[in-house]
Amino acid sequence: MLEYVDKIRETARKLLDSGTVEVFIGYKKGSVPMMNEPVLIKDPDQADILWWDSNCALNLCNYLTKRKEKIGILATGCNSRNIVTHIIENQISREQLYIVGVPCKGMLDHRAIKRAVDNKEILEVSEDADTITVKGRDFEKTLEKKEFLQSNCAVCRHRNPVLYDELVADLVEEQEGVDPYKDVRAVESMDPDKKWAFFTRTIANCIRCYACRNACPLCYCPTCFVDESRPQWVGKSIDPTDTMTFHFLRAYHCAGRCTDCGACERVCPVGIPMRQFTKKLNKDAEELFSWEAGLALDQRPPLDVYRPDDYNDFIL
Amino acid sequence: MDNPYLPYPVRIEEIITETEDKNLKTFKFVFLNPEDEEKFSYIPGQFAELSVPGKGEIPIGIASSPTEKGFVSFTVNKVGLVTTHLHNMKVGEIMGIRGPLGNWYPWEEMEGKNVVIIGGGFAFTTLRSSIVYMLHPDNRPKFEDIIVVYGARSPGMLLYKDELAAWEQRDDIQMHITVDATDDPDWKYNVGFVPTITEQKITSSENAIAIVCGPPIMIKFTQPVLEKLGFPPERIILSLEMRMKCGIGMCGRCNIGDQYVCKDGPVFSLAQLKKMPPEY
Amino acid sequence: MENKVFSKDEWLEGIKALQSEYKVFVPVKAGDFHKFVRLEEQTIPDLDYQNTRLSPKSLVYPESERMFEFSTDENDPDYNILKEAQKDFGPQAIIGLRPCDAHGFLIVKRNFDNPEYKDPWWVRRYEASTLVGLGCNEPCGTCFCSSVGGGPFDEEGLDVLLFDLEDQYLAKALTEKGSTLLAKLDGGSEASDKELSKAEEVKKAAQEKISSKVDTSKLADKDVLELFNAPFWEDLAFACINCGTCTFLCPTCWCFDIQDEVYQKIGDRIRNWDACMFPLFTLHGSGHNPRSEKFQRVRQRFMHKLKYYVDKYGNGVQCSGCGRCVQFCPVNIDIRHVIELMNSH
Ligand SMILES: Cc1cc2nc3c(=O)[nH]c(=O)nc-3n(C[C@H](O)[C@H](O)[C@H](O)COP(=O)(O)OP(=O)(O)OC[C@H]3O[C@@H](n4cnc5c(N)ncnc54)[C@H](O)[C@@H]3O)c2cc1C
Ligand code: SF4
Ligand code: SF4
Ligand code: SF4
Ligand code: SF4
Ligand code: FES
Repeated sequence: MLEYVDKIRETARKLLDSGTVEVFIGYKKGSVPMMNEPVLIKDPDQADILWWDSNCALNLCNYLTKRKEKIGILATGCNSRNIVTHIIENQISREQLYIVGVPCKGMLDHRAIKRAVDNKEILEVSEDADTITVKGRDFEKTLEKKEFLQSNCAVCRHRNPVLYDELVADLVEEQEGVDPYKDVRAVESMDPDKKWAFFTRTIANCIRCYACRNACPLCYCPTCFVDESRPQWVGKSIDPTDTMTFHFLRAYHCAGRCTDCGACERVCPVGIPMRQFTKKLNKDAEELFSWEAGLALDQRPPLDVYRPDDYNDFIL
Repeated sequence: MDNPYLPYPVRIEEIITETEDKNLKTFKFVFLNPEDEEKFSYIPGQFAELSVPGKGEIPIGIASSPTEKGFVSFTVNKVGLVTTHLHNMKVGEIMGIRGPLGNWYPWEEMEGKNVVIIGGGFAFTTLRSSIVYMLHPDNRPKFEDIIVVYGARSPGMLLYKDELAAWEQRDDIQMHITVDATDDPDWKYNVGFVPTITEQKITSSENAIAIVCGPPIMIKFTQPVLEKLGFPPERIILSLEMRMKCGIGMCGRCNIGDQYVCKDGPVFSLAQLKKMPPEY
Repeated sequence: MENKVFSKDEWLEGIKALQSEYKVFVPVKAGDFHKFVRLEEQTIPDLDYQNTRLSPKSLVYPESERMFEFSTDENDPDYNILKEAQKDFGPQAIIGLRPCDAHGFLIVKRNFDNPEYKDPWWVRRYEASTLVGLGCNEPCGTCFCSSVGGGPFDEEGLDVLLFDLEDQYLAKALTEKGSTLLAKLDGGSEASDKELSKAEEVKKAAQEKISSKVDTSKLADKDVLELFNAPFWEDLAFACINCGTCTFLCPTCWCFDIQDEVYQKIGDRIRNWDACMFPLFTLHGSGHNPRSEKFQRVRQRFMHKLKYYVDKYGNGVQCSGCGRCVQFCPVNIDIRHVIELMNSH
């Protein structure tokens, strides 16, 4: 995806120069391997700090909430779906945005890559179309990118942006025949005790920093339920029940809205796979309502519409 | 090892509803262990953490004066979790207080000077403490004139009404009570905002020190009035509020620059504040 | 003070035997990263590591700690009276922590153990701890300890320093506490001159391997308001998601919150780590928040570490150069870059 860099810089420069946008949101190359920093630039001369590679796996839509200017923004498939959701939920208006679509071949799982070198410190990384080469003090290893995709990217069905004003490259081929819910079915088939044990184990290391929530463009509430003191929904210490409550409730708040962008897992300092929770609800939304979040501007998400002919009666 | 987080157990001795909207109540506490009263020896301007077990702790300025023995009192505005619960508590109930905490008004510097006290709304609490303290026969000779400007939204929102009336009668303190507005035909005192009344009533900064406590908006407009009168920033004294937890400079949340408001404050001179980041 | 040499097996056996007198904590590999755990029967210590993901500060200052307990039952004679929660402050040994993290304890000590107040829990646990450091033969690319008053074999704050000499450890006692611990270990022999000079070589080599350097020399002389009003804060803060990872992982961040929790009629007053990165940290009951904007919170973190702390204690920056925040900030906000901005502003 490195080949996108020149085009991204050129586009940002053009948009800022012409006044089409006042600010442009993209990434800057990080100071440590496999990390890049989201940036907002205002000046066409800054365009050269923009960067793109296979480690641009945060969700830039997160930086749009309630901004007032005219904004140019890079959007991969999942990021563009969150932008759609943001527009539907009135967090930003379509007119404010100039969306520069980035057809995506999947982002890399930096943890898996570190694992592949026994978690030894990686000091340098370079990539080409299909491989990534990592170097450390006493090793060098070349890995096939497709073996090291983030787990959400490996099962992604919308690599191309769904909403854009311009593209940085031709659309890529979508992945056919992926099975996004294999892991969810495995959990569904467990008996309650096993499920409980599974969830307890999954969140055992959680330090309740809420990085996962903060990295997520869906979590824009002015006061999150975990921060509410009257009434207090969850305790503040690291009692496992409270941690569980946080994870379940957060997942429910994302039901029918999550695009499985993976930003939450990417940012977790202790590597909790909390997509296990959101994916279950994505699966339900798909099975019960034929719904995948953020595909079109003119459809309301299933949990915020009421239809008299709804075949479910549980709410009445 | 002394545990600075451990509150002294106290019993609620009396609860006085101060204002017509019933949002401000004064709580008088008596220490369960009499020796704790000794340990809780304070100076006007300091605050304490009121501890309501199960709800939490809140920093509240001490409204009583060290010259009043046998109890300590606090006046609490109902705003959130702990204050609401406290307002629902009854005489006789047990809770805790922890302190005294923070610094105090610059009493040594104030000796031999005219003391100008400017207060607004419910921030009058530690000023009440200060006035009672200064008016005590042992202390009164240490100060020259005592001039007080105290304002509230309306007559019903003034704190300590009986005491205000009594101070009005004395000739060793000049009182200028004011309200923002009133339709009470019997209102005997001033009408107008605190900064305006200050401008009218305070005529000189000579040999004077001013203590100002009130909502940010009042402080903002009173400051230029005092500066115009010639009060140098060293002689304008303010008491600040920040969100607090530990009250002893450990938990890190109440800093302004390198100062912890709980420990290095809450009392600062304007001269000090001008050197600190404006983040309060 | 003595210098002793142990074979690695001897050393591991030795620290196991210490369990009768100390709570012993060691780094173990847990999934993708290392963490300190209490040494027990099945524990497999792994001293062949770079550093733990979370700093060992939690061994003295737990992430969540019960301060007091009380009963809210009106029929209880001690109803609503807080009592100190019973705790074990017996001796503990932290084996294999890195010099930067020991330096971290010294930084935090200025907060918790000061002339006016002593934090009873922190102080008791710290005093009960014997810190057995392990010098860093292979510092990370993100380590900048030697720029902030430390070094890969820095001794300050440690009771014992271990030198990894391939198949042996040379243990250098640095304090009384350290000697006492070493004296309890079976085996080992007095270090020979050869071993001592080998240790010096290892140390020198490590110091040369530190590739990351920062300059903090001008921070103390800067004007606080000029730094506070510097133009770079908003840009710098743009990417931050206020997750607090940088502060939770940091050995030198000390902020906490106090909360009451009641279950039926039994209550606890608890303190939990907290951080200036969170908007709630400074939110007043009135709704006013002196740091309501993200850039103000980011500025607070760096100003605290690199200016307020510097001014308050006159003893360097509130950072031991461990590099955790550099490695694990999910949006790559790099303190080394911020130091450069501030120091050259
Ligand atoms: C030095 C000082 C003196 C004060 N004196 C008085 C006084 O005399 N009378 C009075 O009514 N109020 C006073 N306050 C303000 C009072 O502390 C808050 O209104 C009170 O903490 C709100 O608590 P709550 O639980 O009802 O609100 P919530 O919003 O539910 O707050 C929950 C927690 O947040 C913290 N908190 C919230 N707001 C504040 C705040 N403004 N200041 C400090 N901590 C806060 C407290 O720890 C509280 O436990 C003073 C504050 C300070 C710092
Ligand atoms: S980011 Fe990770 S550690 Fe933090 S709250 Fe989420 S799951 Fe827990
Ligand atoms: S770790 Fe990074 S993103 Fe998280 S609060 Fe710190 S600076 Fe912000
Ligand atoms: S600020 Fe960062 S580098 Fe410094 S001690 Fe804390 S985590 Fe380590
Ligand atoms: S940087 Fe922030 S969290 Fe860390 S000690 Fe300072 S104020 Fe506390
Ligand atoms: S209230 Fe904890 S440091 Fe001030």
